[in-house]
Amino acid sequence: MLEREVIIKNETGLHARPAGRFVKESKNYVSDIKLINGSKEINAKSIMSVMTLGARKGQMIKIQASGDDEEKAVKDLAHFLEIELPLLEKSKE
Amino acid sequence: MEGVGASPGISIGKIHLLVDEKVKIDTGKIREEEIETELNKLKNALNQTEKDLKKIKEETENRFGVDKAEIFEAHLMFLEDPEFISRIEGEIKNKRMRAEAAVNKAVKQFANLLSELEDEYILARQADIKDVGSRIIDLIMGKKSKKRDLALNTVIVAEDLTPSDTAQLDTRKVAAFVTSEGSKTSHTTIMARSLGIPAVVAVGKGLISKTVEGQDIIVDGIDGRVIIDPDPDTVKEYREKGERYHKELKRLTKFRGIKAVTIDGRDIEVAGNIGNLMELEGVLKKGGDGIGLFRTEFLYMNREELPSEEDQFVVYKTAVQKMAGKPVIIRTLDIGGDKEIPYLEFPPEMNPFLGYRAIRVCLDRDDIFKPQLRAILRASEYGDIRIMYPMISNLEEIEKANRLLTVCKKELNNEGKKFNSEIKVGVMIETPAAVMEASAIARNVDFFSIGTNDLIQYTLAVDRINEKISALHSPYHPSVLRLIKMTVEAANQEGIPVGICGEAAGEELLIPYLIGVGLDELSMSAISILKTKETISRWSMKEANEIVSTVISLENSHQIINYLKKVKK
Repeated sequence: MLEREVIIKNETGLHARPAGRFVKESKNYVSDIKLINGSKEINAKSIMSVMTLGARKGQMIKIQASGDDEEKAVKDLAHFLEIELPLLEKSKE
Repeated sequence: MEGVGASPGISIGKIHLLVDEKVKIDTGKIREEEIETELNKLKNALNQTEKDLKKIKEETENRFGVDKAEIFEAHLMFLEDPEFISRIEGEIKNKRMRAEAAVNKAVKQFANLLSELEDEYILARQADIKDVGSRIIDLIMGKKSKKRDLALNTVIVAEDLTPSDTAQLDTRKVAAFVTSEGSKTSHTTIMARSLGIPAVVAVGKGLISKTVEGQDIIVDGIDGRVIIDPDPDTVKEYREKGERYHKELKRLTKFRGIKAVTIDGRDIEVAGNIGNLMELEGVLKKGGDGIGLFRTEFLYMNREELPSEEDQFVVYKTAVQKMAGKPVIIRTLDIGGDKEIPYLEFPPEMNPFLGYRAIRVCLDRDDIFKPQLRAILRASEYGDIRIMYPMISNLEEIEKANRLLTVCKKELNNEGKKFNSEIKVGVMIETPAAVMEASAIARNVDFFSIGTNDLIQYTLAVDRINEKISALHSPYHPSVLRLIKMTVEAANQEGIPVGICGEAAGEELLIPYLIGVGLDELSMSAISILKTKETISRWSMKEANEIVSTVISLENSHQIINYLKKVKK
């Protein structure tokens, strides 16, 4: 099992539109993936759960993966949250 | 009945109620041997829902475009949600629930979790989850879909409309939407706006019980009102209102791309007042000539600590870039008075409007003022940004603020950060003291902007938030109109431009007076911009000057209002 902390950087946080994008990314990996925000721990492949996580801009959350591709999953998803999502949001403006 | 005007326009049509017949869901326990059957029912229903949604998505893409179809992409994701599915299956296997009851329960649980987030976008997704849920339930229970033929000029009345509902409607026949629930960002609103169909939402629980299929109804999306079973006079009145609205809309759109010029050729800048970046989009859409007032308080609100220089820099930079060369006047922090910021923990005051507020706070707190000045300076590298100090009541305040500004410039220079060293610095004229000192102040700044809301309050000694005396808070009081004139004259004499950015700037009646005294710029809410441009285009400076001489000779606001009404064009 691997985990990594990331800071939510995009304006709308992970609770709105970006939740769908993130879930799509998560589904590319066979590992079990979880997001942890304080005491909340949820399945990163479930859109409903990701929305209820309520992760907003500036918050630190943990990505946790266990399975065959855990290393790649954690690395890619962290990159997606910290770099790609804020960029995607900007390009939409 | 009153609601929220979600999409403007007037429609008169016949009601079609789009209400779900309440399906009775059997919550009784099943026998162990039935579990397999229920799981199968669920599986089949999920498969069929997926097929249906894909088809609707395709149809919507063809009819409304890819953007509008995105919502069904979200529906499909809900349908495939592993937590959602496993929860439903769990209810069937462990709690021995029927498939439809299990779906119903899971939908409710997730919808409740989402309602705790208090976010408009999420609340709209809540409706989506329920929408998907009822599709699955309908299929499990073998119900037909609610596709119906509509008559022309139908007004759809519903609790709330789901994307599946609207996708199945022949919207060419829909005259208006009315819903008991919903908000300015709900699906109904967005759909209605994009189709240009009037809509009133959030009318309240009574809506459905008070309406009957086929009844006549007037929908006023401008003022957010619906009238059921109206009398002929009312119908006539609203028909006329609708025509006026359409004519006005057509007439005003042509002012979007052109400058406001008087008949005899004087350019008046018509700019927008904004409180955040979303409102800036509104000003752009209405063709504003710039931002005459950017209130920065929003940056400091709804958070636990002061915003950093970087936070502010990004916002100011975005604003000026979006305005693409047009000026953006940033008013430095104006807190205190009626605007409180909890984390700053200012002690309560007896007379907050006369107390520790605006420039007085900033000059006392370098830790607040400096990051803002530095952020504005750095953003000035990206376009025509100007600084404006609020609530000035003496010259020393300007000198002090400018000294700090010079310090900030030196620091940025030393750090090698770029900014426009010639940045224009102006002040709000909103105290009678500033008007009396206007000439001296004008020699020390690059521009004036008259803030009428506070100027009225301080001149007339009328608390602007006390409803009992709100009638006294009027821009038509002769003293206020004279103070405006004095300010403009002082600015003209010293050769600096002068604008006005209070509510009064958008008052149709007052416009000939405002241009007549010689204001260079009027700044107002986005919604008034086009109308104001049109009004300006109807007057000549010669006529406006005559209006000013007459107004100045009148003795009270009553006479002034009557006179302005009489000469209105």
